[in-house]
Amino acid sequence: MPKHILEMRKITKVFPGVKALSDVELSVIDGEIHGICGENGAGKSTLMKVLSGVYPYGTYEGDIVFDGEVQKFHSIPDSEHQGIVIIHQELALIPYLSVAENIFLGNERRGSNGMIDWNETNHQAMKLLEQVGLHENPTTPVMQLGVGKQQLIEIAKALSKDVRLLILDEPTSALNDDDSEHLLQLLRTLKEEQGITSIMISHKLNEIAEVCDRTTIIRDGHTIETIDIDESPGIQDRIIRGMVGRDLTNRYPKREHVVGDEVLRVENWTVHHPTQPGRIVVDDASFTVRKGEVVGIAGVMGAGRTELAMSLFGRSYGRDISGHMYMHGEEIHARDVSEAIKHGLAYATEDRKRYGLNLIDDVRRNISAAALFKLAKRGWVNGNKEIKVAEEYRGSMNIKTPSVLQTVGNLSGGNQQKVVLSKWIYSDAEVLILDEPTRGIDVGAKYEIYTIINRLVAAGKSVIIISSELPELLGTCDRIYTLAFGVVTGEVPVAEATQEKLMTLMTQEKATKDKEVRA
Amino acid sequence: MTGTANIRELLTRNLRTSGIYIAFVAIIALFAILTDGTLLSPGNVTNLILQYSYILILAIGMVMVIIAGHIDLSVGSVVALTGAVSAVLVIREGMPWWVGVLAALGTGVLIGAWQGFWVAFVGIPAFITTLAGMLLFRGLTLLVLSNISLSPFPSSYQKIAGGFQNGILGGPGYDVFTLVVFAVAVVGFAFSAWRTRRSRIAYEQPVEAFPLFILKLVAVALVVMWFAWQLANARGLPNVLIILAVLVIAYTLVTTRTVFGRHVYAIGGNLAAAMLSGVKVRWVNFGVMLNMGVLASVAGIVYSSRSNGAQPAAGNMFELDAIAACFIGGAAVTGGVGRVTGAIVGGLIMAVMSNGMQLMGVDQSVQAVVKGLVLLLAVAFDVYNKRRAGAR
Repeated sequence: MPKHILEMRKITKVFPGVKALSDVELSVIDGEIHGICGENGAGKSTLMKVLSGVYPYGTYEGDIVFDGEVQKFHSIPDSEHQGIVIIHQELALIPYLSVAENIFLGNERRGSNGMIDWNETNHQAMKLLEQVGLHENPTTPVMQLGVGKQQLIEIAKALSKDVRLLILDEPTSALNDDDSEHLLQLLRTLKEEQGITSIMISHKLNEIAEVCDRTTIIRDGHTIETIDIDESPGIQDRIIRGMVGRDLTNRYPKREHVVGDEVLRVENWTVHHPTQPGRIVVDDASFTVRKGEVVGIAGVMGAGRTELAMSLFGRSYGRDISGHMYMHGEEIHARDVSEAIKHGLAYATEDRKRYGLNLIDDVRRNISAAALFKLAKRGWVNGNKEIKVAEEYRGSMNIKTPSVLQTVGNLSGGNQQKVVLSKWIYSDAEVLILDEPTRGIDVGAKYEIYTIINRLVAAGKSVIIISSELPELLGTCDRIYTLAFGVVTGEVPVAEATQEKLMTLMTQEKATKDKEVRA
Repeated sequence: MTGTANIRELLTRNLRTSGIYIAFVAIIALFAILTDGTLLSPGNVTNLILQYSYILILAIGMVMVIIAGHIDLSVGSVVALTGAVSAVLVIREGMPWWVGVLAALGTGVLIGAWQGFWVAFVGIPAFITTLAGMLLFRGLTLLVLSNISLSPFPSSYQKIAGGFQNGILGGPGYDVFTLVVFAVAVVGFAFSAWRTRRSRIAYEQPVEAFPLFILKLVAVALVVMWFAWQLANARGLPNVLIILAVLVIAYTLVTTRTVFGRHVYAIGGNLAAAMLSGVKVRWVNFGVMLNMGVLASVAGIVYSSRSNGAQPAAGNMFELDAIAACFIGGAAVTGGVGRVTGAIVGGLIMAVMSNGMQLMGVDQSVQAVVKGLVLLLAVAFDVYNKRRAGAR
């Protein structure tokens, strides 16, 4: 019988009107990496908040047994005191403070006189950075580092608190493949060398399969099962079955490919960085999109994918933009977003919370936000028609909300994304650029998003998908362009594309490009 | 989705918005008792409207500025400057009253455009732009007035804010005309509520139960007619109340029903998302500041008319009262939330408190302390509510 470091017994958490968790069981063996899988809204994050003391003892039912003792956490410091540290999906670092200051924030290393001992702080920070394999000066401001490195700093911060159980909520969702691999390797190292137990929430099932010893599946607030991860090929499918409660024999819905005439053509598109003069972010990019076609843009993070899309969409990114854009063979000039929308372009951002939605407003007004002119006569909005439109989209897009007057911030990620898509579909766009359309949303909702994309192209629209998940591009696109360091390095019809081939093109560096200017 | 909402739902659904009305009624009741009913006497009700009208006018513009995520600290100085411009033309140069009015409005447009330019197109935070404006326009006021007060205005100008519409239909001891105007307004309100209800039903949206709907109309009618009765028993219908009513109705419609109004909310709610949805953020910000300038000049006209002159120190601290009215009225410090009616009620709460305390003979210093605490508590209540809503 292996020793359990953590047992959560019959955890039930009720919010007004909703039972978020009911009798959830979770037991974690000392020294393992334990995965938690479940659709968005299944209750994973709620469970972790119960564990870490965000929801204090008394607001839930059931027992938390840590290290053989029933724990009554009243706050986050209580759980941290026991060595339980949670790293949230949205990183909680302060950009203007240095690496060392962030690591010891709230836990400052003081000298005998009560003042902060900077030498000691930086020295210890250095040692912690070494443990996580990060070679940075501890006095560097955090904002100068990429997301991958910031994630490592979060782990260093956890280590500084003598962590015994590390909880990571979607640790790799914002990382590229290299950084993800590094992070997962680090978890293994921490486990083997320091015996640190980890709980990892992830939507990336291949990561769960790769790094976890066991995984617990949660669905609709119930524990479905805990399974041992082995090498068997069917393991991912088994997890998916548990998560969605049905077989997803195909993760990508089938689609008839009926491709028509050219709709959008971009030629020699060059974009400079908005604040760093001389830095070219998109370099001489050219591509075409045809009617009824799904075109993929593959590239690692920082390749200029989002920058390309946003600069096309009414010059909302970059400066000194040059190049030509044609719709149906005629050159168009989209100098701002409203002109881009009028020309039939739409751009659904990769960061829907920051750039896509007004989270404090309701579903209805978010759906109409980009096309209020359709609801308005001489500047006056028809509020009743607006609600009717929103209701239509709630039905047709299967947005799960009790009412279209519900605040968008209260919806799950998948449903928020459906609101974003509704907004752009309602704007009557001909070409929809979807930037990471399935980031941070669960398998079931992903399938729905793919179905929506198929419905769009079947109706004669064109879709550009920007994604760092190659299987997703291979599963949904007709043609894929690869982007590397701001340069279009290849164009591959999906029939000829393989992950290896795309990856080669995505990492190819054009000889002329100056390496120094890209961080 | 058809169905009817019951009373409890109506109250709890928007505690945040309905809370303020409850507080308003409570404060009125409190001061009515403390002042032995003087607060609600005909003369005092009229006086209350006249005395705080310019703050309410400022609050209408300010709430839009705050919804858009800005602030305007300059309105007090703008009130002074526009009043001064008007006074110089009408009193010193002897021009007719309407020239003064137009010049003041024109000054307001220029000031609004000036501040809008810096905020929207140059990107200076409104806090800084209007802090500069506060000094700038106060300085210009001193300059225009050569550092001395000007008075009195001719009676035609005084009537703008000090005049009444009464006696038109005569009346035995009370003004029939006032009652008729209010009765028409009540009927108009009932009719438009009825039409809204009908069209909501046509679009298959939930409406409140029919008896409740009638109850609400009757309650509104009773309160409004009582108010009219008080006015009719005093001096009749104040001109400034007509100005105020027109502004409140117009701006309620602008904020809730127009594309412009919706864009203001969108910008305050999430600037980046609004920009990426095709909202012309700069022009909307410019419009909001321009509008504030115009409303500040209206307030300047009303204030100069009521005080019968222009003083170098006019409008001092008005900005703070207007801002306080918005926040008491439920506007969010972070932008994106707020209502014109809320700001008006917030302003009226301040007005009733000041007026009530004055009637009781409370010391100025104590008045300031109480008003400060009320502002703090109102925002604390708002923050508490939001935290409770966000706890999920």
